[in-house]
Amino acid sequence: MASASIQPKVRVQEFLEEDPALTRLIFSYIVCSTFWLLVGTAVGLLVSIKLTYPDLLPYEWFSYGRLRPIHTNTVFWGFASLGMLGLGLYVVPRTSRARLHSFTLARIALWLLNFVVAAGALTLAMGVNNGDQEFREYIWPLAIPFAATILLHIYNFYSTIAARRIQEIYISNWYILGACLWTSVLYVIGYLPWYQKGLGQTVTQGYFMHQGVGMWFTPFVVGLTYYFLPKFLNRPIYSYALGVLGFWTQMVFYTLIGTHHFIYSPVAWWLQTTAIVFSVGMMVPVWAGTGNFLLTMRGKWDTIRRSYSLPFIVVGVLLYGLGSTQGTVEAFRLSNVYWHFTNFTVGHAHLTMYGFVAFLIWGGIYGLLPRLTHRDPSILAVGVHFWFALLGLGMQVVALSIGGTLQGISWVDKKPFIDSVAAMAPYWLWRSVGGTLMFLSHLVFAYNVWKMRPGPQPSAEAARARVEVAA
Amino acid sequence: MSLDFHRNHFLLFNMAFWGFVFLSLIVAIVPAFQASRTPPTPGLQPLTPEEQRGRELYVAEGCSYCHTQQVRPLLEDRPYGRPSAPGDFVYAPPQLLGTERNGPDLANIGNRQPDETWHLLHLFNPRIVVKESVMPEFPWYFEVKDRPEPGDIVVPVQPPYVAPGKVVAATRDALALVAYLQSLKQPKLDLKMLGMMEAPAPAPAAGGAAGVDTAALGDQVFGANCARCHQPEGTGLAGLAPTLRGNAVVTAADPTDHIRTVLFGQGGKVIDAKQFPGRMPAFHDVLSDEEIAAVINHERRSWGNNAPTTTADAVRKERTK
Repeated sequence: MASASIQPKVRVQEFLEEDPALTRLIFSYIVCSTFWLLVGTAVGLLVSIKLTYPDLLPYEWFSYGRLRPIHTNTVFWGFASLGMLGLGLYVVPRTSRARLHSFTLARIALWLLNFVVAAGALTLAMGVNNGDQEFREYIWPLAIPFAATILLHIYNFYSTIAARRIQEIYISNWYILGACLWTSVLYVIGYLPWYQKGLGQTVTQGYFMHQGVGMWFTPFVVGLTYYFLPKFLNRPIYSYALGVLGFWTQMVFYTLIGTHHFIYSPVAWWLQTTAIVFSVGMMVPVWAGTGNFLLTMRGKWDTIRRSYSLPFIVVGVLLYGLGSTQGTVEAFRLSNVYWHFTNFTVGHAHLTMYGFVAFLIWGGIYGLLPRLTHRDPSILAVGVHFWFALLGLGMQVVALSIGGTLQGISWVDKKPFIDSVAAMAPYWLWRSVGGTLMFLSHLVFAYNVWKMRPGPQPSAEAARARVEVAA
Repeated sequence: MSLDFHRNHFLLFNMAFWGFVFLSLIVAIVPAFQASRTPPTPGLQPLTPEEQRGRELYVAEGCSYCHTQQVRPLLEDRPYGRPSAPGDFVYAPPQLLGTERNGPDLANIGNRQPDETWHLLHLFNPRIVVKESVMPEFPWYFEVKDRPEPGDIVVPVQPPYVAPGKVVAATRDALALVAYLQSLKQPKLDLKMLGMMEAPAPAPAAGGAAGVDTAALGDQVFGANCARCHQPEGTGLAGLAPTLRGNAVVTAADPTDHIRTVLFGQGGKVIDAKQFPGRMPAFHDVLSDEEIAAVINHERRSWGNNAPTTTADAVRKERTK
């Protein structure tokens, strides 16, 4: 039925013979992740609309300052974290040729994390928080169960890797378990009180808000991509050594750059300079990863065009490189004069967390789930998800980048502050239009997840017949 | 046991774990310990219980997502006060330096906007005082009632922001929040003595210098410092700030009173038989002589006013009197 100009997408032709219990476990992670995606981005859309209509819903629990951390924490710890962990539950045992150490622990971790995100949203709406400190807003009684879910995953992944039936530890596991280990340390350092008086807490804030992204989401999805990209392309990764280089430089360079969120603040100048220098160093792991992935894709563009999961991964890989490079440029002192405190930073946050992290998670889900459940989503619906998400993101990031730059110029020109607010008005509106497209794409994604749900297994004969029809 | 990261999972993950712990010590824990031991800036006052309550509400409402409390050593930050010093944050858990400015910096708001009535109006609905504001309103810190009860702090909210015939009273929480905002005053620092930087010079090239448009300067200074109370069109706001249109001080032939009001502030005055209980801040530390002359001339020549203008020299004379 497809017209000649459109490359027909090919349905998944390879079914993995997997433990149905594992499939159901992974699917429960994906479903919860999708639920938090819908909640988190509905709140995000409302927050963005409030910058255009500040008198909308003037109620305590719907106030801008309370909803904003609900948006960020729900998409971080609910959507993205559960999505990554769910995919990790497949990748770690698979690349270790071992059975997942404990299904029970994974199930406990899932419900603990669901509890944390739900209770976190509730407490934030009530105005109960750990300070307006980005990504560690949950109060400490919720930080403990969060850390516990990470520890459960560390134990589960480590035991699985230790029981591997091959000699080498595949590079994906370096990144995935590394991300869990680093994040466990991060939570302890972020919440212990003894060195967090006055400006001391600002030092740990820069460290936490940077590492919360850079040592959790970044290495985890990069690790997943080291499995999914070669798997879906059916060819080995271009350079294994680049992956190893990226791992160690990730650990050294990312860790040292948190203070680049506090350039020109009263935080120690040497710490700011260190952060700027290593923000440049960060280009090594970023382009080791991006370059490695792009070189793995070379010459396989036909396969990518005919797949519905790989385009998500291509976007994620490209925006990993571009978004991170943008972050390096933003760290310089000169760029801080114009861009610090502006909405440009908000654009950067979405370009990376959404364009890079969320797209790679979606690519993994669309590639993996049909192979496990033998059920495809509608190719049209996946296309709608892809294009609405990508266009919406583009509108949002372009609007915030232009508007943020105008804000900075207005301040440098010493115009009255309110001029910079008025200048943002059209760009905030366009951001909400983009945000609406993104939210609609998530509704379609939820529908697609439902279509890929595990069901009674079709007989091998029926599966073969279906492949022939689709091909 | 192989000493190969690729084969020895114990070695690999211990290296990753302890490497990260070690780097975190260097870049987070040790500097955080050092920063925690910063002595307070001389003159910094600990918060009273009411101000502390206000600070808790500030945190609960997520004010720092849009308002920073850090002034950078950059010219663009000069309107907000002197550059922040590490000792300014001693009494402050949780820290509220912030990373975004959808609203202005508040490090020194207690000096920049000391008036309680303005803050109460602004919290009830920011659009009352600043039309283009996108700040959320906080009606749950106020009571709307038919008539004030004894002891009520009545906020002069006018229709359409409240139904005709109703009065708005501030709750204790609203007053606590305002008390906290009023407490945000940067203690003075002799920057030159501390050897940190040159003390901020009066705005160079302003006013009389050739090629500078004093009319534009006056408009800009008015917008940045005066309009939030007296309003962009000089109309003033009931119960808060008098109109500047045809105002006796603004249109007087002798500008001395006008100059002294801007330099040293004003408060509790009855103007045209209307009580203005609020306090206008003093601008002698904030604006240069040229800027004050420009804004005075802007007020004297706008909105139908047509009074004799003044000069930076006249301002200088009053300042040093």
